[in-house]
Amino acid sequence: MNVEELQQIAAQAQEERDKFDYEVNVCMGTSCLSQHSDRIRDAIAKEAESCGKKCHVRRTGCMGPCAAGPMVLVEPAGTQYGHVREGDAKDIVSALGGDPVARLDPRLGSYFEGQHFVVLENVGHIDPEKVDEYVARGGYEALLKVLTEMTPAQVIEQISKSGLRGRGGGGYPTGLKWDTVAKVKGAQKYVICNGDEGDPGAFMDRSVLESDPQRVIEGMAIAAYAIGATKGYVYVRAEYPLAVQRLTVALREARRRGFLGNAICETTFSFDIDIRLGAGAFVCGEETALIASIEGKRGTPRPRPPYPAVSGLWGDPTLINNVETFANVPPIIRHGGEWFSSMGTARSKGTKVFALTGKIQRTGLVEVPMGMTLRQIIFGIGGGVPDGRKFKAVQTGGPSGGCLPEEHLDLSISYDALISAGSMMGSGGMIVMDDTSCMVSVARFFMEFCMTESCGKCVPCRAGTVQMYNLLTKICKGEATRRDLDQLTELCEVVGATSLCGLGQTAPNPVLSTLRYFRHEYLAHIDEKRCPAGVCECSPAVEVHA
Amino acid sequence: MPLYAERPPLPSEDKRWRIVNGTMRKHGYSRNALIETLHTVQSSFGYLDEPAIKFVVRSLRVPLSQAYGVVTFYHFFSLKPPGKHTCTVCTGTACYIKGAQKLVAEAEKRLHIRTGETTPDGEVSLATVRCVGDCGRAPVVLFDGELSAQMEAPRLAAQLERWTTQ
Amino acid sequence: MSAESNVRTLTIDGEEISARADQTILEAAREHKLAIPTLCHLDGLSEVGACRMCLVEVKGARRLLPACVTRVEEGMEVTTHNPKIDRYRTMILELFFAERNHICSICVANGNCELQSLALTLGMTHVEIPYQYPQLPVDASHPRFTVDHNRCVLCTRCVRVCSEIEGANTWGVMGRGAQSLVITDLKEPWGESETCTSCGKCVQVCPTGALFEKDRAGSKVRKQPDFLPYLRIMREGEQ
Repeated sequence: MNVEELQQIAAQAQEERDKFDYEVNVCMGTSCLSQHSDRIRDAIAKEAESCGKKCHVRRTGCMGPCAAGPMVLVEPAGTQYGHVREGDAKDIVSALGGDPVARLDPRLGSYFEGQHFVVLENVGHIDPEKVDEYVARGGYEALLKVLTEMTPAQVIEQISKSGLRGRGGGGYPTGLKWDTVAKVKGAQKYVICNGDEGDPGAFMDRSVLESDPQRVIEGMAIAAYAIGATKGYVYVRAEYPLAVQRLTVALREARRRGFLGNAICETTFSFDIDIRLGAGAFVCGEETALIASIEGKRGTPRPRPPYPAVSGLWGDPTLINNVETFANVPPIIRHGGEWFSSMGTARSKGTKVFALTGKIQRTGLVEVPMGMTLRQIIFGIGGGVPDGRKFKAVQTGGPSGGCLPEEHLDLSISYDALISAGSMMGSGGMIVMDDTSCMVSVARFFMEFCMTESCGKCVPCRAGTVQMYNLLTKICKGEATRRDLDQLTELCEVVGATSLCGLGQTAPNPVLSTLRYFRHEYLAHIDEKRCPAGVCECSPAVEVHA
Repeated sequence: MPLYAERPPLPSEDKRWRIVNGTMRKHGYSRNALIETLHTVQSSFGYLDEPAIKFVVRSLRVPLSQAYGVVTFYHFFSLKPPGKHTCTVCTGTACYIKGAQKLVAEAEKRLHIRTGETTPDGEVSLATVRCVGDCGRAPVVLFDGELSAQMEAPRLAAQLERWTTQ
Repeated sequence: MSAESNVRTLTIDGEEISARADQTILEAAREHKLAIPTLCHLDGLSEVGACRMCLVEVKGARRLLPACVTRVEEGMEVTTHNPKIDRYRTMILELFFAERNHICSICVANGNCELQSLALTLGMTHVEIPYQYPQLPVDASHPRFTVDHNRCVLCTRCVRVCSEIEGANTWGVMGRGAQSLVITDLKEPWGESETCTSCGKCVQVCPTGALFEKDRAGSKVRKQPDFLPYLRIMREGEQ
């Protein structure tokens, strides 16, 4: 493969496209597919054929607004349809070239206003199982560029310059991580893509793997070249069967086109990727636990240092980045590090994909520049809280994060701002709660999660989460005293300070953040034996006035 | 014969063992292939019983205790055969906020079993899962692996009713 | 490499000491008779850093570090005891006591238990954290030994000695979180284990009364884990 051949593939794909007057893109991500969007696609294809319109019907990945699914996007008009059924095929096809079908308007309002697609730039436009369609949109240009024009050091320089930070939650500077692994001597090095999206309420990694898997493969190959690795693994949750299937096809396609394997693009660089399935353990998102799991062992973390950069998979130097991090790499190389760093805030560059869910008008996947405020996302893009209820809190960062109240809605999103507010970026889950949610119960929900997901290796996490869970249950039941609250606070401090890995260290965060912003709810349960939201068993349900 | 002296024969004529063996062969019978192989056993047989685990550990030369440790560490693996049908309620955060616990309670009430159990007649298993990633349309339930979103208790009850009265 | 570059100078609790570059803070401290409490650590076994008793403060580090796995560095300033660390250790110890059924007065290891002596050393007079009182089995199927899970602290010394020294890999850990249990083979009764060599090393290294010899109790239960460094040295000599 060389530049001409790459351009040829792109040109052929474009030629193929030009044969048609219209494109009907049908979302076949997990969410829409579960509403039989495959049948919708078939129906539209059949309809188009019978009426003789030159129309290409394409399967695509997730388009974002899941709650309006199944989604259909018609090009070149750019018309979006929502809640499409098989029976709508005839109308959709006859409307091609004319006025859109009004009743299928997804009513997305300002959903796409302010969104900026980098990671999701191809969604809705390519078939995730066809590598040539990815190439037609600039795919693998970046890989070819690094292999033929750049030294590994120059690649790392661009990544460092971009200011990209780990999208899995920690926010560690990606360039620095690459540089560390690159500098470690080792005959064998590994690149691992962490697709163990364990944070319940986040699904951007699933979506990227389902919609644009080649982008992740290209990002990993670039990383491998930069650090000197020849072998990669993608660790994906077994709960994401469609993502696994799409990725399997994508790897095969990439090999067929010579983007993976030996002597890639006629250079001396060789690299290949295998899939490893997770098996239902949140702690495997922690890098040393993930490595243990790939090695076929119990996913228990070990103390760091040594960091995986020095001693990772099978003791060899290993680079681990998250799916979204790798997905950012090809555009950074294509447009340069400076382009990327021109987006976002001073210390959080680029865009971030969020999974906007919970008590919100328009749920789905959104990608926004860093620095946007929570209010813009929740009320602008998301359309605010439905059913005339009142916004109460937004939870970010999953079980390691926290709940932020109304007074923080104008907070600009960045790694550091979220941490100083008592939450964290995490992988990008953003769950909106209204006044029917009891914050003590929410804290208890997360503690239950951490308790059952604790690997059991170190005692503060293993036993401490159980004790904290019991105390939170006692508070919910209206049986707790102020002394119990003191003990809970002390346990939060000790478990956070002494646990072995990130799971235990951050397990107290949902409690601490709710104690910080919703202490009155804890006190109502304790002093008045009353649940202000009327959720807990300690009180009869009371009407909350919006 | 001493333990682990040679690779064991396939436990039976059942073709599925050849699939399991295929996974191990693909990985060169390496110890590292334990989890991959257990995945194949689970997807082929629906669960992992003792003869299956013993076959795998002897083929891969993994200590028995280590294999049992792995099987019981990961929630995806099951030591018990599943029911004819499986109802899996997602209890991720978005589903929780949208009332997943009410769905769990409804299913437990209808089936007269607790989460993680199978009805005595072997018809229906009830399970929970930590997020299947369709949070945008929470709450979500999987019926025999098929995803059903924006679930409500009556709809859940009706599906369970169809299974239990068949 | 000169001998000098292998030496690191650091201070532990204000005392300036020298250590080899490959030593951990724990090794360096113990060589200088500076006490750091430990539970899962045992000379001769690999480190897991799980009990968190040996956490120390290192100037400049964001978090407390486990002394058993943290290597010494030039100019390191280590604090092994201060009111905060002591408070954390006491609470961790309370968590240990409360999670299973540690009742010293009725335990075979009373007077010979590392958990008990840690409580004495750290001045833990009572446990404020509520006891969980789990109902855990006692397996007495082995002709010579018994395992009582009610007294297990999940330090995994038995697992490590069985794997690293004896090589039998009979012991393992099953489940996760608070449901973790040490097991023999496929959680079969110990007496029916296909792999156990009945060497008894696991019993000797167990810090509590979880593993004990059937014909010994009370003062006779004193364990002898000192054979481990000897075995290590002998094996290394063979190579």
